[in-house]
Amino acid sequence: MSEPVGRLNRRQLLQGASALGLGWALVPGPARAQKKTVKLAFIGPLTGGTASNGLGGRNSFLLAVQERNADPKTKHHYETETLDDECKPTVAVQAALKASSDPAIVAGVTHYCSVTAIATVDTYHKAGMPAMVWGAVLPEITYSHEYVEITRVNGTMINQNQIAADFAVKTLGFKTFAILHDTTDYGRAHAKWFSEFLEQAGGKVLSTQGTAKDQKDYTAELTRAKADRPEVVWYGGLTPDGVRVKVQMDKLGVRAQFQGTSGIKSDTFNETTGPSAEGALAFVEGAPTEKLPGGKRFLEAYAKAGFKEPSEAYGPFAYVAANLIIDAIEAVGPDRAKVARHLKQTKNANTIIGPVEFDAHGQNTVPLISKYVSQDGKWVLWEDSEYASGKRTLPGHKFKKM
Amino acid sequence: MPPLELLLQQALNGVMLGVMYALIAVGFTLFFGVLDVIHFSHGDIFMLGAFAGLSTLLGLAAVGLRAPVAALPLAFVAAILVTGLVGVLAERVCVKPLARSSPLMTLLATLSLGLVIRESVLIFYPRGADPKPFPQLLPQGGFEVGGVAIRYENLAILGIGLAAMVTVDLIIRRTRMGAAIRAVAQDPEAAQMMGVNLDRTVDATFFLGSGLAAVAGILSGLYYSEIHFIMGITGGVIGFSAAAIGGLGNVYGAIVGGLLFGVLQTTSAALIPRGSEFRDVVAFAVVMLFLIVRPRGILGEQSVERV
Repeated sequence: MSEPVGRLNRRQLLQGASALGLGWALVPGPARAQKKTVKLAFIGPLTGGTASNGLGGRNSFLLAVQERNADPKTKHHYETETLDDECKPTVAVQAALKASSDPAIVAGVTHYCSVTAIATVDTYHKAGMPAMVWGAVLPEITYSHEYVEITRVNGTMINQNQIAADFAVKTLGFKTFAILHDTTDYGRAHAKWFSEFLEQAGGKVLSTQGTAKDQKDYTAELTRAKADRPEVVWYGGLTPDGVRVKVQMDKLGVRAQFQGTSGIKSDTFNETTGPSAEGALAFVEGAPTEKLPGGKRFLEAYAKAGFKEPSEAYGPFAYVAANLIIDAIEAVGPDRAKVARHLKQTKNANTIIGPVEFDAHGQNTVPLISKYVSQDGKWVLWEDSEYASGKRTLPGHKFKKM
Repeated sequence: MPPLELLLQQALNGVMLGVMYALIAVGFTLFFGVLDVIHFSHGDIFMLGAFAGLSTLLGLAAVGLRAPVAALPLAFVAAILVTGLVGVLAERVCVKPLARSSPLMTLLATLSLGLVIRESVLIFYPRGADPKPFPQLLPQGGFEVGGVAIRYENLAILGIGLAAMVTVDLIIRRTRMGAAIRAVAQDPEAAQMMGVNLDRTVDATFFLGSGLAAVAGILSGLYYSEIHFIMGITGGVIGFSAAAIGGLGNVYGAIVGGLLFGVLQTTSAALIPRGSEFRDVVAFAVVMLFLIVRPRGILGEQSVERV
């Protein structure tokens, strides 16, 4: 799919065309003539169950490119190619092959799903194409190789699960857990890390059940978990499945706290789950978008651009990845090898998510994990919530008293 | 919870699933019975039915009609009309023109149509990529019998599903159109010689089967309180498998197959170690076994007449 402007509506197209015309008129003739066109790829799930996150990431990527194109100081003109990986490894490899075999594409902002990101690292490495992961959290994506081409702007699930386990056991006082996870690399790895950190924190895993991705019915698994009377049902998976687990928990009368991973931290989770979402917990790397150093400006620009879909939790990471890649191209020119080396050496880059610094594996060392609770249909930072202040009681704590 | 209660609870969960599978499976079996075609966009028509029902409910809510007793029947009627007409259109575009081609062509055409329907919902339905909350219109709460939790909502869903199946049975056995459908299923040429209008009968079959998929779609929305544009993929494959287990072409077989498939999925998740990871493996392995051991399905040989 080659669509320089993504799926924009007529108003957006008019706005874009006006901005383009204005920019064209304002940029001096010689400078405009010297600008070389450079192509960037975005790859993420634009269709399928996790499309809401993919579309939020794509819009954020397009926003970054639009802003940089409108900046007269930018040395190159950037075109985009957005490709759908459907959150499926086989489709992702095809998309990665398509992008990496196009010599016009210098680098890519690639993958929200861990299963697709891990499946494509070798493809980018063989083609020598710099690929910056913007959403996938599986540690192996950066830590299983020494490839110079692969970097990741968001954090891994290791820190996330350590904080999540400690918080559930030591802060909230929950002791017994039923673990449900999807059987993709993403879900399995989350379950592995969470279970390990849970044991260290003093929690007990009563049962672990793997379920198919995009499974519709969880009544069998939840009925089985319910029999053990866990204090917490923990789900390692993405939003659409997380919605089903939470809604069906309530329908089956499973009296337990619901805790998820970064995979369920989306506006869609709250909107679809409705009142059932109240009190659900989720954990995400970095700070909430509105509290990021440049979060307010990003959200305003995003709203002004008039995208149909929200940016979702990982949109800012896609925005930052696009900007870091453009910075690298501006610094060393549109050469894949030079851009890859430059990106890998990123130190203390000033971005809307705060300073970005890659370690030897190209992994951004995100120091902060944010804890969220669903309150009145919104994800609220735990520290700012009425649950933390004691005004409200978590469902899991209410059930413990029953 | 003692194991017996757990088992009964899982069986009940399976029956709930099975009712929805059965309604989809009946559509597959009707199409196969009349035209010998496997209509692979039927799963996506099931999804379309759920979205048509939801759109109707949202439209009625917008004009102030929220009472379930009025809104729900209207949603069923609207969704049945939408899917019925799409089903007839599918038959005229993808099935009839390919009647003399290889069955593979029909298979490919209907698969493609399913993809078109699915992607159309994704693109044209507002924020179609996201799962959509489905209004809770059935009585909530419930009671326990011997440690097995029974929800009023589940009883209502079972009742509606059963009523739909009985209605189809009555249409097929007691009406002129039903007689025509049965006649065409047995021998299309003889039926035509006896004055049966083949085109109209085929249209009616596709309308009926697709309408049932709409009922299944709305019931799925009511049961899970959520619908998603990809729900038709597995719904279609399982519906077809249920029809194959029961005996393609036999309505009662499709119902038995649907219920069996649902119970198989839930009990294998409950009884086998790490069973939740293998529930579909177990269920589809049973389908394969049936296809090998008894290719005609459970009721394939018992029926005197197809459909």
